[in-house]
Amino acid sequence: MPEQMLFATEAALNGLMAGVMYSLVALGFVLIFKASGIFNYAQGVMALFAALTLVGIQTGQIPFSHLINAIFGTDLHHFGWELPAIVAIVLTGLVMILLAVLIERIVLKHLINQEPIILFMATIGLAYFLEGFGDLMWGSDIKKLDVGLPQGINETIDRVTYDAFGYGFFIDNLDIVATVVAGLLVLTLSLFSQYTKYGRALRAVADDHQAALSVGISLRFIWILVWSIAGIVALVAGIMWGAKSGVQFSLSLIALKALPVLMLGGFTSIPGAIVGGLIIGMGEKLFEFFVGPMIGGATENWFAYVLALVFLVFRPQGLFGERIIERV
Amino acid sequence: MKKTLTAIALAIGLATPAMADLMIPNLSYRTGPYAANGVPYADGFTDYFTLLNERDGGIGGEKVVVTECETAYNTEKGVECYEATKGQGALVYNPLSTGITYQLIPKVTADNIPLYTPGYGRTSAANGKVFANVFNYPANYWDGASIIIKDILNRNGGDISGKKIALVYHNSAYGKEPIRTLEELAKKHGFELTLLPVDHPGQEQKSQWLQIRRERPDYVIMYGWGVMNAVAIQEAVNIRYPMDQFYGIWWSGSENDVLPAGEGANGYRMISFHGTGSDYPVYQDLKKYVYDAGKAAGDGSNPGNVLYSRGMYAAMVIAEAIRTAQELAGHSNVTPAEVRDGFEALNLTEERLAELGLPGFSQPIQASCEDHGGPGTAMIFQWDAAAKKWNPASDWLASDSEIIDPLIAEDSAAFAAENGIAERCN
Repeated sequence: MPEQMLFATEAALNGLMAGVMYSLVALGFVLIFKASGIFNYAQGVMALFAALTLVGIQTGQIPFSHLINAIFGTDLHHFGWELPAIVAIVLTGLVMILLAVLIERIVLKHLINQEPIILFMATIGLAYFLEGFGDLMWGSDIKKLDVGLPQGINETIDRVTYDAFGYGFFIDNLDIVATVVAGLLVLTLSLFSQYTKYGRALRAVADDHQAALSVGISLRFIWILVWSIAGIVALVAGIMWGAKSGVQFSLSLIALKALPVLMLGGFTSIPGAIVGGLIIGMGEKLFEFFVGPMIGGATENWFAYVLALVFLVFRPQGLFGERIIERV
Repeated sequence: MKKTLTAIALAIGLATPAMADLMIPNLSYRTGPYAANGVPYADGFTDYFTLLNERDGGIGGEKVVVTECETAYNTEKGVECYEATKGQGALVYNPLSTGITYQLIPKVTADNIPLYTPGYGRTSAANGKVFANVFNYPANYWDGASIIIKDILNRNGGDISGKKIALVYHNSAYGKEPIRTLEELAKKHGFELTLLPVDHPGQEQKSQWLQIRRERPDYVIMYGWGVMNAVAIQEAVNIRYPMDQFYGIWWSGSENDVLPAGEGANGYRMISFHGTGSDYPVYQDLKKYVYDAGKAAGDGSNPGNVLYSRGMYAAMVIAEAIRTAQELAGHSNVTPAEVRDGFEALNLTEERLAELGLPGFSQPIQASCEDHGGPGTAMIFQWDAAAKKWNPASDWLASDSEIIDPLIAEDSAAFAAENGIAERCN
């Protein structure tokens, strides 16, 4: 295989893996939008909040210690424990469910029957609140997330491709784990929505709010359920991205990588979020590889949006989105 | 109602500095994506002035009032902070943002307030003939690039012709600053330069590091900020790039950047124009008068780290410039214009640094009407992951003035022509 082709293949494979990371963020948006028609601006911040909480719980950090120390002149920092990763993940999952309950009780229940734009604005407020709250609760310093995920080059792929082509491909172990996790997540979500009572209720609400209400499905419960699931998905995304860059406040900006994925895959399709992520990831890496050097590089951020817009010209509802037909 | 108004008036009176105080705004960022870097810098800056107030009663008998204004590293907010604080008698600004600096240069010039930007901002502001109110000593971005190349030269017996050097940079005005300098240095020393921009915020850099893996440059230089640094170092670890061939400018060389990569970051090299660590005598006073007295700005986790040290360095230089201004003016309650004169007449000697409890912390500065850029010296440090500390890896190195001076003259002349500024100091 010519050298340039090998490099392009490696870039494409890494693009697919990066796309999976984008999909993990996009999934949270899709779940909430599908069930309630709300574009959750706070999804990126939820990933940040989940990752902060996970590290805080795992390392035994005392929440609000900065605030407590400032008010009472104490010197509190840590409880003194170090929890196993799995325990910390489960506890953080519970915190995200509690957060969903509070969001429903304090924000959403007062906005039932409001215009989608009002709900969207509420999520903007939620995003800023949650970011400040996370800062107050856990501090703004960069935290190392250590839940035992492997990182670095996959030796086997490197060796096998070297033996076959004379050039070892670089694939990050973390990306492989992310791919497996994303696959499991989609499978679990599909099984949940197809084969459980609550999953079917969720789909019913997604299809038609009024009809679902008329058969006795509680809209408020469904909202709590879907925000809880989105919170768990945010936790997964927070773990993967946090392992990559450390847990820091720019983690909330990963939402920017999910937007073109949503535009391309559609706002209401779980498979769309995955396929959209793969297309965006591979597209931006190949564009950067072939065209980037000719135009000064750093093309990935804007090219992802251009690619999504091109798809929108042909399929305005996204690849897997539901076609909206409104009769006048 | 009357009581309420009186209470409000009292509260305002307490919140704003008395006219006799030395008012220094701290345009900090404790929130947003760059907060992790903004917090230690702001803490170091504030703690140093608290020390002067508590130990010495201020500067020249005048208490210092540090007023924080949150910019979130956002240029518009930074300008708002400037407008909100300048009327309170602000003596000097230090916004810790190249974007904000560019916006403030015409404003401080019109208002005759000094702008101090150590190691950041507009590089050609080093030319005092054009930039009367801006001071960026002791070193600037171009000095940084030149000193890194000098260290590489020293490690290669003075010959790097044919070597490949890659610049991984934040795709912004800041990140692009060293390109011209490195291109000139590439011509002079015969190395091949590859440019690899990374878009804000820099969480995804796979393409850039795959290219580095393919092309195997002999050295990589990084001009990054925030999350970009930590991701780049982690990616370098992932592709097994030799850490001691990877250099960061001073904004890519803090504990925040290396700690997330753990042991893998061992050997990473960064350049700094001041020392790090809390072994300097000034920390004994800080402990006594600030930390133990419960007057520290932060939670106590930052003293001695790189960015805390840099904030403290900026505060120390500002304090010395104010002291110089007081001597020149003959009174302690100096105005912003007098502080500007103090910056221009600053003579920070090794002896004075030792008196301040910071022996060898930085190089002496002898400013003048023409020279607002200082000695252009810095040191290379190397990360020891096991000890979690930076170790000096070179002596103080000076930049290549043969390359830098003409570039500064050219850029500042262009700025003067664009803005109709007549050269001073003639």
